[in-house]
Amino acid sequence: MKKLEVSAIKEGTVIDQIANKSTFKVANILNIQKIKQVVLIGFNLSSKKLGKKGIIKIGGKLLTQEEVNKIALIAPDAKVNIIKNSEVVKKFTVNIPDIIEEFMKCFNPNCVSNHQNILSKFHVINKNPIRIRCHYCERHMGADDIELV
Amino acid sequence: MISLKDKDIISILDFTKEEILYILEISGRMEKEACPDILKGKILANLFFEPSTRTRLSFEAAMKRLGGQVIGFDELGTTSTVKGESLRDSVKIIEGYCDIIVLRHFLEGASRLTADSVGIPVVNAGDGASQHPTQTFVDLYAIKKAKSDIENLSVGFLGDLKYGRTAHSLAYALSHFNADMYFISPPSLRMPKDYIEELEIRNVSYQEVESISEVSDKLDILYCTRIQKERFAEPVEYEKVKGLYKLSKSVMDGLKVKDDLKILHPLPRVDEMDESLDETEYAMYFQQAHSGIPVREALLATVLGVIQ
Repeated sequence: MKKLEVSAIKEGTVIDQIANKSTFKVANILNIQKIKQVVLIGFNLSSKKLGKKGIIKIGGKLLTQEEVNKIALIAPDAKVNIIKNSEVVKKFTVNIPDIIEEFMKCFNPNCVSNHQNILSKFHVINKNPIRIRCHYCERHMGADDIELV
Repeated sequence: MISLKDKDIISILDFTKEEILYILEISGRMEKEACPDILKGKILANLFFEPSTRTRLSFEAAMKRLGGQVIGFDELGTTSTVKGESLRDSVKIIEGYCDIIVLRHFLEGASRLTADSVGIPVVNAGDGASQHPTQTFVDLYAIKKAKSDIENLSVGFLGDLKYGRTAHSLAYALSHFNADMYFISPPSLRMPKDYIEELEIRNVSYQEVESISEVSDKLDILYCTRIQKERFAEPVEYEKVKGLYKLSKSVMDGLKVKDDLKILHPLPRVDEMDESLDETEYAMYFQQAHSGIPVREALLATVLGVIQ
């Protein structure tokens, strides 16, 4: 039997196939520091598809598709398993939403969203490769320009 | 039926081809007919957080010619912004004093934020280096007057294409009209990647060149822009490029161009167009500037719902 590099959980959410370098960003977006249940984070794990990958297991908390979509920009290959009684009861992949709000910063220093106390907002104009347009200044950003807040 | 009642005028990207043509048609009507009372009882607030005499006065003139009244400011120092008030709070309060807001601001996207915050129409009169949509309607109207039709034209954009917001907006607008576009600039002032990307999404045929002589014979319209000193963070960078493109009668005489080529410029000009050009058949920029009033009248009347 294959030995798991990160221990299994009985109930909760497993986010697998996270691009290695994005693992801690994903943890930040999901606000994992504030979760009171057990959280296991694996990093530098071997993956046939990605070479190196990250994995996050959150005990007791069942994430919704909407919550998970928040990570789509930085972990587009992520796979989500919902676990109950040690069994996988639901699987889904992440979907890039049409509109992204809150957790990103516009890279244009002169954008109004960086100077006023407002939530940032972006329209997705292309999903692969990812291109987004700032709702306010209309500047375009790609994966390399994305800065999380 | 097209109705632009309550529509914000923030970005040319928000307008369909039909809406653009409708505004140009109403602009033509406004130029021919006086409508001195259609905005009687309406108040426009000109909120200019960044100075601009020409744009501010043209909105004021347009509103007053249609019977409306104007309030506002043109200096940041006289506003509550210096006391730390947010833009959103400022415009939500001013919304109660007027029927339409015209906003110029130094931050990009300030007009969109304003439009999202209030329930009355908002007109973007230029925000940062972003868009300047009402100037674009003026430019399109001038092109239509010069060429009768704005479909299938070859249009050259000359000068500062990096910071020149009027060039950005005009390129977007012309993407509806099957234009062939030629972007003529030094490498440091090229059309930004964002705009090129949007044009590619719209399947626009375009070419980027450094010298006007490479494409001059193809052009129906040459749209000149000023190299804007105020947009350069480093004075050295400005000195490197200022005066790189200077059009004059003698320069035009030396270029191979179509007889009916027309030259447009949003004005003011500095070094890029010599006064000797004014006497040529190519010069169209003063007529273009005069179009500012009927076009802004048309925009105000349509979004305030008095013309349907």
